[in-house]
Amino acid sequence: MNLIAQLPALAIITPLICAPITIVLPRGRAPWVWATIVSWLTFAVCILLLREVAAGGEISYHLGDWPPPLGIEYRIDLANALVLVLVSGIAAVVFPAAYRSVKPEIDPRQSTFFYCAMLICLTGLIGVTITGDAFNIFVFLEISSLSTYALVAMGARRDRRALTAAFNYLVMGTIGATFFVIGIGLLYQATGTLNLADMKQLLAGQTSRVVDAGFAFIVVGIGLKLAIFPLHLWLPNAYTYAPTAVSAFIAATATKVAVYVLIRFLFTVFGFDFSFMGAAFTWVFLPLGIVGMFIASLVAVFQDDVKRMLAYSSVAQIGYMLLGLSFATVEGLAAALVHVFNHALMKGALFMAVACVVLRAGSHSIQAFAGLSQRMPITTWAFVLSGLSLIGVPLTVGFISKWYLLEAAFAAGHGYASFLIVASSLIAVVYVGRVAELMLLRPPAQEGPYVLPKRDAPLSMLIPMWVLVAANIYFGIRADFTGDIARRAAEALMLAAGGAP
Amino acid sequence: MGEFSPALIVMAGGLLAPLIPNGWPRNAFMLALPIAAGIQLFALGFGEYWNYELFGQSLTLTRVDGLSRIFSTIFLIAIALNVIYAWHVRDVVQQAATLIYPGAALGGVLAGDLITLFIFWEIAAISSVFLIWASRNRRAFYAGMRYLAWQISSGVLLLMGIVLYYGATGSLAFERFLDGGFALTDPEVLFIFLAFGIKSAFPLLHNWVQDAYPESTVTGTIVLSIFTTKLAVASLARGFAGAEALVYIGAAMTAFPIFFAVIENDLRRVLTYSLNNQVGFMIVGVGIGTPLALNGAAAYAFCNILFEGLLFMAMGAVLYRTGTIKGSDLGGLYKTMPLTAVFCIIGAASISAFPLFSGFISKGLIIGAAAKEGYFWVWLTLLFAAAGVFHHSGIKIPYFAFFAHDSGKRPKEAPMHMLIAMGISAFLCIFIGAAQIFTGPLGDPLYALMPYEVKIEDSHSAYISYTAPHIITQLQILLFSGLAFAVLQKTGLYPPELRSTNVDSDWLYRVPGRAFAGWAVGASRATWNALWAIFSDRIQALMERIYAVHGPEGQMARSWPIGFMALWTAILLGFVLILSFIS
Repeated sequence: MNLIAQLPALAIITPLICAPITIVLPRGRAPWVWATIVSWLTFAVCILLLREVAAGGEISYHLGDWPPPLGIEYRIDLANALVLVLVSGIAAVVFPAAYRSVKPEIDPRQSTFFYCAMLICLTGLIGVTITGDAFNIFVFLEISSLSTYALVAMGARRDRRALTAAFNYLVMGTIGATFFVIGIGLLYQATGTLNLADMKQLLAGQTSRVVDAGFAFIVVGIGLKLAIFPLHLWLPNAYTYAPTAVSAFIAATATKVAVYVLIRFLFTVFGFDFSFMGAAFTWVFLPLGIVGMFIASLVAVFQDDVKRMLAYSSVAQIGYMLLGLSFATVEGLAAALVHVFNHALMKGALFMAVACVVLRAGSHSIQAFAGLSQRMPITTWAFVLSGLSLIGVPLTVGFISKWYLLEAAFAAGHGYASFLIVASSLIAVVYVGRVAELMLLRPPAQEGPYVLPKRDAPLSMLIPMWVLVAANIYFGIRADFTGDIARRAAEALMLAAGGAP
Repeated sequence: MGEFSPALIVMAGGLLAPLIPNGWPRNAFMLALPIAAGIQLFALGFGEYWNYELFGQSLTLTRVDGLSRIFSTIFLIAIALNVIYAWHVRDVVQQAATLIYPGAALGGVLAGDLITLFIFWEIAAISSVFLIWASRNRRAFYAGMRYLAWQISSGVLLLMGIVLYYGATGSLAFERFLDGGFALTDPEVLFIFLAFGIKSAFPLLHNWVQDAYPESTVTGTIVLSIFTTKLAVASLARGFAGAEALVYIGAAMTAFPIFFAVIENDLRRVLTYSLNNQVGFMIVGVGIGTPLALNGAAAYAFCNILFEGLLFMAMGAVLYRTGTIKGSDLGGLYKTMPLTAVFCIIGAASISAFPLFSGFISKGLIIGAAAKEGYFWVWLTLLFAAAGVFHHSGIKIPYFAFFAHDSGKRPKEAPMHMLIAMGISAFLCIFIGAAQIFTGPLGDPLYALMPYEVKIEDSHSAYISYTAPHIITQLQILLFSGLAFAVLQKTGLYPPELRSTNVDSDWLYRVPGRAFAGWAVGASRATWNALWAIFSDRIQALMERIYAVHGPEGQMARSWPIGFMALWTAILLGFVLILSFIS
């Protein structure tokens, strides 16, 4: 059997089979080591997949050799190969750091379940991205969401509010999933198929209320998962009260995968033949993206909790992605994809830095960051550099995102949007600068709850964090890698959607 | 050192400096950097170095030509002087910023294309704010934030301009923008123009200078005063030479700060107004755009960095020794700080363009160019502004700090390292100013550095500084200006140095025509206060509103009950449904 040909299945099966094994391992380090190894293996598989796709074009894998549209098909093109590498890559970086970070944050009796849930969550996210089957997307979305609810709730050991956060997230996530499955049901009624490619062909030319309603349900359902403003209300609490390693993982991956699913449905399943596409771009994604960029950024400015600040900043950054794809041009779509990738790198690094602070200070209040450069210089600089990336300073990935977005805005004739991008990135300067000033120039607390020992985080957390910071800079300088893949992926998607190439 | 960029030498040194033991080893290391970079700059010679690839574009890190060489040279001299002046500083944040920020400005001047320029533009903006924050108090923090907002706005405007310009021309070359058939009002170049305008503090875009610079530390203010605005002038000279709008913008810049400088009590803030006015002269030169005018602008920037820096250093020394810089609290310091007083007077004489001092030969080029190109009103404004400079920088600064009424303060003389830095600056001011007498115009060392060839066509050429008409005109301006100051001072009409920054000005109206200067002061201040009141109230109200909605307790940041979230979902679903049904 040719192993390369089985790569799509391996990407799913590796974490899926290994997750239950975690439970039977003895408590302590073993589950963590196991999960870390699995995440690295998955990452390796995904990189190989990306290489295959970049070289040989789209891969179609028939699960169990059942041919589509009856069987389940895994279909990998550049767009989802990029997201696959992103998700597994973030996992491969966050998992090694999780042990020290999570140890004081969760009940030790839950440690095996924790790593099991992390692996299941990874499986779900990869499954959503890799599959070419609509119902399969729903199943994997639920797999990842259910495990995330559990992971958020595990933060209750330190702060009981994690329980309400997880409960709210559960209710909202379930509403989203229900809407999504209703939407798929409606499309199934209209086409009689669940395979995305097949669905596209059968949908072509149909104008019925069923399809219209299906579209609306799918957009809102996914919108909830990706926290489009004003459907973001579950997100700040979930990110704030989850164990910090979980925040780092889901902030960098879960919403990105949802953005991918949205793009997949909009461009691969519906396409520009449907008149509601244009309406949705103009009246839903563009305004909500812009409003989210501003309101969430402003809220972030006034937050006294750094995790919460980063969570609101995520909502604002999702606004950028929506803005990019609402231009409905190749440039805009490429900008959105680039930002999906880049934002994962910045937010991953930032949350990892917060994890280091939480480990030493036991708090993610902004007060704990005062004078941090004298107590934890390595962590401080990681935070500052990734913060600069979030602002969009040259030589970081944030700059690349900003560049592509501005270029797309001008090319699409939305010149005013460039002003808005610029203005909202000014707000990012304020909320990042506020923390940076506190860390670099204020004296550390001498008494009270925020007194820190002069001791940086353990290497097992510093190294992964700096890997992400280095990625922020590496992909900021070698922008052609992400830019090229995103552009090719965007061209293919636009072609499939029947838009202007 | 191969093709290594001088700017990177300084910046890398700034990153490494914290690793070196604090005290003299680190200071010596920091001083070695601008020297090494200077050697490298002249070893490279004219040409383009270190091409690299970004976004599939071939970019140029270092471009040494006439324009970038004169600015780089003076930047490196200024870095060295700053390091010497700040020898006593042990704060690692300030030390690193004192190298990284000027290094970035140097990189911007040497940038061979727009992307490289933008990169250094942003690094300079971000690294410089640490010099303001280094005061480590609330005022400085908020001033730094406002400063950062201005600087980053400039950066993003530049980026937008670059993206548009690239879209229109497919080129990232940093050359004269107006050559490509663009008018200044085309958005492709207008954004870039505004970005440069913010950094060079065009009128109405200037406020960040007065707001932020005086909040910095003793040494930080000096560093800040040098690089940002001069980087902008160099960029304008490269991109917008000969843009006529600049002539009028620059003329306005030379004139309007004078009124504010006259009434300001904080002597460092007086110098920040003077900084606006000085940059105005350079911008007029850039706007005229002839080789003579551009040479004048570059030469003036060169001299200005030395004498303006010298004045800032002298005021910094006063602040360092007395702990205050309010004109009303100072006076009589010459008794115990004689050397500082002498250096300050040399700086004042230079900025006022006294013959034998550096301002004399460089300011003459710009004013001469304005006359030659027939800008009569601009020429007149420049003369008025030159007199005004003498008034507030030439007389006011040394007079109120070192003479005037005796404040009774008897501080020690400035520390040795400050005296050395000031002494070198003062020497250079006199050397540049007087060299021509001995070498003749053709052998003038400053002329050798100029970006364009110095052509002396006839005996009336502005390049020949020491001619009877030039000297007499200049002395007339200075003497009458000095006389006015003396008369106003003796008769008690001169706006007194009051502790309050808000002088009660109604007496000016009760005796109309009593003093035109006084009226101009009152009017411009009243306008300013009125404008400021309108805006500050609005801004205050806006900020409160934003906080009420977005603050931790605001509607946008609250943890909403779950039913509310579901309601939103239903609303959005309904909206999208209707939308897809009707479209």
